[in-house]
Amino acid sequence: MALSRLRIDQAVIAKLVDEKSRVLDLGCGDGLLLEYLFHHKQVQGFGVEISHAGVHACIARGLPVYHGDIDQGLSDHQDDSFDYVILSQTLQAVRRPEFVLREMLRVGKRGIVSFPNFGYWRIRAHLALRGQMPRTPLLPATWYDTPNTHLCTILDFQDLCKKMSIHILRQIPLAAEGSQPTGLLQSSLSKWLLPLSAANLLAPIAIFLLERGEP
Amino acid sequence: MVTTSGPSSQSVGVVQTQYVELFSSADRLTLDCGASLGPVQVAYETYGTLNAERSNAILLCHALSGTAHAAGRHNPDDPKTTGWWDICVGPGKPFDTNRFFIVCSNNLGGCDGTTGPSSIDPTTERPFGLSFPMITIGDMARLQKALIAHLGITRLLAVAGGSMGGMIALQWALDFPDSLEAAIVIASTPRLSAQNIAFNAVARQAIMVDPYFNNGNYYDKERPRKGLALARMMAHITYLSEKGLHEKFGRRLQDRESFSFGFENDFAVESYLHHQGSTFVKKFDANTYLYITKAMDYFDPFPDPRSTAERLAKVTARILVMSFDTDWRFDTSRSKELVKILNWHAKRVTFEEFPSPHGHDAFLLYQPLYQQSLTSFLNRLYQECVGSTEAPAENIEGVDGIV
Repeated sequence: MALSRLRIDQAVIAKLVDEKSRVLDLGCGDGLLLEYLFHHKQVQGFGVEISHAGVHACIARGLPVYHGDIDQGLSDHQDDSFDYVILSQTLQAVRRPEFVLREMLRVGKRGIVSFPNFGYWRIRAHLALRGQMPRTPLLPATWYDTPNTHLCTILDFQDLCKKMSIHILRQIPLAAEGSQPTGLLQSSLSKWLLPLSAANLLAPIAIFLLERGEP
Repeated sequence: MVTTSGPSSQSVGVVQTQYVELFSSADRLTLDCGASLGPVQVAYETYGTLNAERSNAILLCHALSGTAHAAGRHNPDDPKTTGWWDICVGPGKPFDTNRFFIVCSNNLGGCDGTTGPSSIDPTTERPFGLSFPMITIGDMARLQKALIAHLGITRLLAVAGGSMGGMIALQWALDFPDSLEAAIVIASTPRLSAQNIAFNAVARQAIMVDPYFNNGNYYDKERPRKGLALARMMAHITYLSEKGLHEKFGRRLQDRESFSFGFENDFAVESYLHHQGSTFVKKFDANTYLYITKAMDYFDPFPDPRSTAERLAKVTARILVMSFDTDWRFDTSRSKELVKILNWHAKRVTFEEFPSPHGHDAFLLYQPLYQQSLTSFLNRLYQECVGSTEAPAENIEGVDGIV
């Protein structure tokens, strides 16, 4: 399977994961990222997914998967059970983001979080100019039926990490969203990275590589 | 190969139960309680064809009242002779007999052809009755292992079962880690709760207080039919969900327009339970009921953290755990309890819960999501462990629509 079949944030996450590590993918969906990691990085581990369609897709791909919510998916595991715990486009939809972050850095040595940046200029413009809750390709749901109850900006997320004494190893704001045309991604990935100073305004998505810091 | 539009109507056809004598008076089956048995007769059925490499065999384990007859029919004209898991076993079904060689045997202590309390004790030439040694889930798995060896199979592709059958499948993963690729544990539990044991205890009491029980020596006399029927009636309630039972019967009256104002069977559900009880006693032995429920009560493969860690260290099988949302005999939290134990020790576990109105019995019935996941799991196992020139199943509904 090619890297190009992944969503752009998944492709970046795949590059962050070391070979032969142990990975927990929270909200793994159809298991595309996990399958890539199993086959191309020889990782072990499994996914947590709430939808039957996602769980079934993972089973068909031969991936171990836990059908249930993320809270229980995390509490089942011992401290430091995983090298990486991945939360790809999921943090904004969990009930208690702070709890989930703490738990993911308990069971995992490192955490990788990607989320839609609510500070992105299009979102700001939507609210400022139209006076309505923003809807973008990444956040298409209406305010009354969105699963995304905990949206934040890159600055907000940095603040939370600071408050929780979470060590940010890397932050990767992306200038693009969605899938990449076949073959283009690997060579052009660097073009999608933005200067950090402008990220909160210019990046629709951000990816953070995290580590538990000293309290 | 993913089933999407209702259960396959294809059947393995007409099948016959086979019998084999394993062990002997000299080479005996040693039991967990310290006693031993030999020879031991095993009733079993097989469906499909064992491949040349002997790598496509799957063992099915039946629950409390099941038999070796899992699929097909004994009599082609009588649907009542259909196997207990026919919905899942056959051509194009999850346990696809076009690919797999399926084995199912009557459990040790049973009453459908495998040695149990109703068998003749060779030393007395009379039925064992309560002199039959106490058996465990581990003993049942050990006898199955001997059967599998007799069939020339050293490594099973999977061991699968629901309810108590799931306990036996789990026991296989623990006791014979090198002899299986996968264990499939459905609507089951890592141990019986106090409530589960309580239900079994009342069922046993119902049998033992029957005036015809006679301390288990009833084989040449009137049998404790009322006690066994009562045990079955009560257990049957626990196999169904409250909602399912109410939807089926509601408060409907049976063959009457108004209350009898007496103690006859006023309600349809009463009549139904009586029917369940009276048909059960025709095919089942009361002593077997006592022994098998006790074996379930004793089942506790993870009694403390240390022995759990030791036992799980050797386990390499991938384990599929499935549950149903209205099951209250062994509800989803019991499956999650098992998953947590396995996850805690970093085993390769997949867990899925399915919606069903049918309670504990759901594992025996058609539920499209359930059968689809089972099919996909087994297809994948086949591709990885048996090898196949066929293209992998790609027609997974909704995959592209998730993210």
